[in-house]
Amino acid sequence: MLSVESIKKIDHELTKYPSDQKQSAVMSALAIAQDEKGWLATETMDFVARYLGMPPIAVYEVATFYNMYNLQPLGKCKITICTNLPCALSGANEAVAHIQKKLGIGFNETSADGKFTLKEGECMGACGDAPVLLVNNKRMCSFMSDDMIDQLLEELSK
Amino acid sequence: MINFEIDGKPVSVPKNGTVMDGANQLGIYIPHFCYHKKLSIAANCRMCLVQVEKAPKPLPACATPAMEGMKVSTHSGQAVTAQKGVMEFLLINHPLDCPICDQGGECQLQDLAVGYGASSSRYTEAKRVVANKNLGPLISTDMTRCIHCTRCVRFGQEIAGIMELGMAGRGEHAEILSFVGSTVDSELSGNMIDLCPVGALVSKPFRYSARTWELSRRKSVSPHCGLGANLVVQVKQNRVMRVLPRENEAINECWLSDKDRFSYEGLNSEERLRKPMIRRGGHWQECDWQTALEFAANGLKAAKEKYGAQSIGALGSPHSTLEELYLLQKIARGLGSGNVDHRLRQSDFRADRSQGIPWLGMSIAEVSRLKSALIIGSTLRKDHPLLAQRLRQSVKQGAQLNLINPVDDDLFTTIANRAIVAPAAMAAILAQVLKAAAESTGKQIPADVKNALAAISVSDTARAIAASLINNKPAAIFLGNLAQHHPQYTNIHMLAQQLAQITDARFGILGEAANSVGAYIAGAIPGNDGSAEPVGTQSAQPGMQSLNASQMLGMSAGGIADAGAEPCRAYILMNLEPELDSYDPRQAVKTLEAAELVVMITAYKSHAILQGGYADVLLPGAPFTETSGTFINIEGRVQSFNGVVAPLGETRPAWKILRVLGNLLEIDGFDYETPEQVRAEILPGSSDVSARLNNHLGGFSLDDVGPQGEPMGSGIQRIGEVPIYQADPIVRRAESLQRTRDAAAPVAWMPGDLMGRLGIQAGDSVRLRQGEGELQLPAARDDKLPANCVRLASAHPLTATLGGMFGEIVVEKL
Ligand code: SF4
Ligand code: FES
Ligand code: FES
Repeated sequence: MLSVESIKKIDHELTKYPSDQKQSAVMSALAIAQDEKGWLATETMDFVARYLGMPPIAVYEVATFYNMYNLQPLGKCKITICTNLPCALSGANEAVAHIQKKLGIGFNETSADGKFTLKEGECMGACGDAPVLLVNNKRMCSFMSDDMIDQLLEELSK
Repeated sequence: MINFEIDGKPVSVPKNGTVMDGANQLGIYIPHFCYHKKLSIAANCRMCLVQVEKAPKPLPACATPAMEGMKVSTHSGQAVTAQKGVMEFLLINHPLDCPICDQGGECQLQDLAVGYGASSSRYTEAKRVVANKNLGPLISTDMTRCIHCTRCVRFGQEIAGIMELGMAGRGEHAEILSFVGSTVDSELSGNMIDLCPVGALVSKPFRYSARTWELSRRKSVSPHCGLGANLVVQVKQNRVMRVLPRENEAINECWLSDKDRFSYEGLNSEERLRKPMIRRGGHWQECDWQTALEFAANGLKAAKEKYGAQSIGALGSPHSTLEELYLLQKIARGLGSGNVDHRLRQSDFRADRSQGIPWLGMSIAEVSRLKSALIIGSTLRKDHPLLAQRLRQSVKQGAQLNLINPVDDDLFTTIANRAIVAPAAMAAILAQVLKAAAESTGKQIPADVKNALAAISVSDTARAIAASLINNKPAAIFLGNLAQHHPQYTNIHMLAQQLAQITDARFGILGEAANSVGAYIAGAIPGNDGSAEPVGTQSAQPGMQSLNASQMLGMSAGGIADAGAEPCRAYILMNLEPELDSYDPRQAVKTLEAAELVVMITAYKSHAILQGGYADVLLPGAPFTETSGTFINIEGRVQSFNGVVAPLGETRPAWKILRVLGNLLEIDGFDYETPEQVRAEILPGSSDVSARLNNHLGGFSLDDVGPQGEPMGSGIQRIGEVPIYQADPIVRRAESLQRTRDAAAPVAWMPGDLMGRLGIQAGDSVRLRQGEGELQLPAARDDKLPANCVRLASAHPLTATLGGMFGEIVVEKL
């Protein structure tokens, strides 16, 4: 079950599509649900499926296809860092090593204090700004040198 | 039409046709995996790449629209290189475990790898492994073999009407699965096994029991629902190992329901009767055929002498063959009794005087082209799964489906209008639709129902159903199984027929069993003229004294147990289990127990039969795989088949048993040598029976359509429908089907307000009483049920001690 606010947001998304095409709103509905819950539990996907009149498995297909949807509970901040070729050529791997050392976690792991989860991402369309990373799917951080990373982690730890 | 060329041969396809369509027309084979003629185009396997002149790269034949003047080569260098390249990619992650794969020998990937694969792989890296899924008791998985063609997914979405499988993840992580932990429960699920081009989805009951090339393939016809689906029965060492569809576009297309496909397990059941048995002094003993048959014949003769010919009754299941039913009635009539019937679950026989042979009213294929349909009294998906599939396709083409039914199970299709009403209110809601139709067309309501309609007020739903039938043509009205079992069947029939006339719709009756129509043709209906003339006209003037199924089993006209009626003294029961196959099992068993002789021709010796105390002699009769015979399906199609295995133990085909019995009883005309001679006697000349099929009910008038709306007071009604996997003796013993969700043990379903009034919570045990019968079962909640109704399955051993399928039932909190 989602909160009234989330449902309002989903209803707003639904107004963008014809009323017999409710499933068109599945991606935004899942994003809204994830914003509220932090991740997409089976019950949450079931709820979205029922709300949009879709088979649950069809919602699951979408949720597993895009890796911005979290199918497991995560730390407070999800850091997704791009490791595709252009970024890799411009220091992404070093940035990854730095983050991993600082937080003491590898990819797909959550720090002991429950604050950070590290994910490997695909090209974010900002290759010129490499290395790039995303915080909680929403905030894009560019040119992530070790110093910048230290600053960011400190800010997020507060 | 679009004209183009494939491999130098000219071909033309309709607009929107593809290169693949053209190739199919020309008989040119293009390798493919994801393409299937009955499914949408996914174009995800790329196996069908072909060269098209002027196109810069190879194109997938299945998804490339044909264009005027296009030149396609399927075997050119470019095409073959592309196809080989795709094959190399497909094999990268494929386990190549053919020696231990059930699909081996009938695998499209294996076949095409021979044609397009290299003899060794260039790939040396690790292959991916995908965890297997538990999809339930029918489908076994080996997901590492999956090539992601999504045929199984599309089948669910498009044909079964419910998406139970999907493709999660992407790229290397893509896998086919069901939503977290659920099984595949569709009643058509077995078709995914056929569709899967590799060994990822295979049959669980068949798993590891034979290699496909060891099996001989024999043609047969399904004995279950009224469709008569065409089967290939696969046999090894005289045992049925597997059943597959035999394509017949006019009946089952390329599909089978799970009931048709997996019921064969019941043929190899432990409960098969292998030797004749006689009960002496309360104990069952095996005996030889001579003894058993003489016992039966002497018993019948003695009953005739003592009580007269009218004391003999013959009941045959409509799942029996035409020949069996014909010989059964010939024996009864030869003895001088007109007490013959096959309508074991029917309770209202008032229409018997004036009815022809009920049938679908059209061909099965025509159902796919309907634009509006009204189904009365059926959860069609469970009663006739493939007919429901056809209607689902017509709904996709814009048809409207309307429903009048006491239960509201999901039909996996869009229902335009539905009236979910108590059984007792079904006639009334139909009357409303009739009145609405008359009002909107301005046609006269015929005199025979006019009075009954005077006081009816029309609801919006009824108006919408009428409008749907009037405005969308072709339209049809169908009476389902539940309507035929209904205590007011005649009223419902009458009203539906008038409605069909006024709305200019077709009218069909969906016979419940494979030979429901054939049983009429065989003459297995009451009639006292003593002749074996097996024509439908016979029912037009049946003798007054002949008893129908319900009277023979101790019920009066309304399906109510009636002490006044005089049932028979000696019975022949063929292929039926009275405690499961009759309208009122309690009354049926009681009546049979009081009889002096009950001869059973049966393939099974169930606990109920052996302990029941009503049967006196059991003659092992062969099921459909062990005898030749004929079924006439609901569209009147005559389909004969041969036995595919030898009879088990001392079992004999029932037509032979009846022939010997006829001889022992010294009845004339029982010297048949072959079943063909019997068939020729039933269907002399041609096998076209269409002229004898007629749903019209005349000379019957209706004064009262029963209560309008919900019945008042405390009278609770039973809705006793037959569960899909309890409908006949074979399917009841199919172990895997009995483990599916559809075969779950019955519970007492009630709407929430009724539960509230009785102070019952879901899960509580309740006492259910009908007459003297009572039992305890858990209660469950279903708010879609009409008020004051309890849905409690019939035809199930757990409810066999109760009374009729419909009517009053008492529910008590414990
Ligand atoms: S399981 Fe079979 S049918 Fe389904 S996608 Fe895989 S290969 Fe195709
Ligand atoms: S490769 Fe990293 S943003 Fe494009
Ligand atoms: S058959 Fe054409 S792409 Fe699969």
